Amino acid sequence: MFKTFAKAIQSLSVALLMGLPMASSAQQLSENASIVVESPWARASLGMSRPGGAYLTVRNEGSDQISLIGLRAEISGMASIHETRTNSEGVSIMAPADNIVIPPGGMFALEPGGYHAMLMQLQSPLVEGETFPLTLLFSDGTELEITVPVLGIGARGPEG
Amino acid sequence: MMRVAKIAAIGAAAVFAALFVGWWQVDGPGADSAPGKRSLPLTAMEFSLTDQDGRDVGPETLIGEPSLVFFGFTYCPDVCPTTLSDISGWLDEIGPDAEDLNTVFITVDPDRDTVEAMAEYVSYFHPQIQGWTGLPDQIAAIADGFRATYEKVEGENGEYTMNHTAGVFLFDATGRFVTTIDYHEPREFAVPKIRRAMQNRTERAES
Repeated sequence: MFKTFAKAIQSLSVALLMGLPMASSAQQLSENASIVVESPWARASLGMSRPGGAYLTVRNEGSDQISLIGLRAEISGMASIHETRTNSEGVSIMAPADNIVIPPGGMFALEPGGYHAMLMQLQSPLVEGETFPLTLLFSDGTELEITVPVLGIGARGPEG
Repeated sequence: MMRVAKIAAIGAAAVFAALFVGWWQVDGPGADSAPGKRSLPLTAMEFSLTDQDGRDVGPETLIGEPSLVFFGFTYCPDVCPTTLSDISGWLDEIGPDAEDLNTVFITVDPDRDTVEAMAEYVSYFHPQIQGWTGLPDQIAAIADGFRATYEKVEGENGEYTMNHTAGVFLFDATGRFVTTIDYHEPREFAVPKIRRAMQNRTERAES
């Protein structure tokens, strides 16, 4: 199911390459840019008062370096990427990460305990079994909308 | 003769130096007392909290069976649900042997994590996982006993998050601190560590 999903995303990025959703020159893609997003998933939320968390992998299949600089989602009043770090005393600290550089041929994973998409001010709950759109913003102006499936609150990875 | 005395004096000095260094590191001013260091035994702690069913709980609730305890908060989008999922997986892996293991999630955010909030949150994970909350000074007391730390971090728009010790603490049935499972430790180390904490009880029961 996720393979099909990744394929759909891939064709979406091809569509982006062809310039379909691009209106201004500021959003122009570099010629060889090709961004693939794989295995997106989010944890179900308890209502709307707590922030939601989502994860995915971004692959840069182009020949230019690219940076993931932000997120946008209708379901969240404030979506951003956060990094969780554990310091030398074992204390977990969360901090915003607003410029994730992905070299050509490289990949970057948002996964539990590392980076996550933090969905604050949820506009509706994340319900297991449903999906929601999430837009990834890149340094070259690319805006890639993906569909994120919501898994159970106890999910540990894209397989549940 | 003088030479022998000299060697003896040097030897005695070396022994004293070694003893002093040992004392300094274990009991003296050089002992580990910083946050994140070794937890006190549960028998040396005093705190009074409330479990997810509204019952009063304290160190005596844990002593008598091995315990697995960790700190977090329910508004935590990443580390806490991941840890709860990991613990659920470990409990499943250990199976019926783990039924007597006290497994407790303690909030460091009592302002938002009421008894009701904790009850709802833990209900999504392994049924054995309890959720404890309490008055801020009681949360501070238990964290101090565990040598755990937490801190409120203000964000934008009045939102806030909590930095907190992320490791899982293991105690044997007598309340003695056994070890921690660090957040980034490979999963395959966790279950043997839990079994070690449970083993201590078995050994005592047989002796």
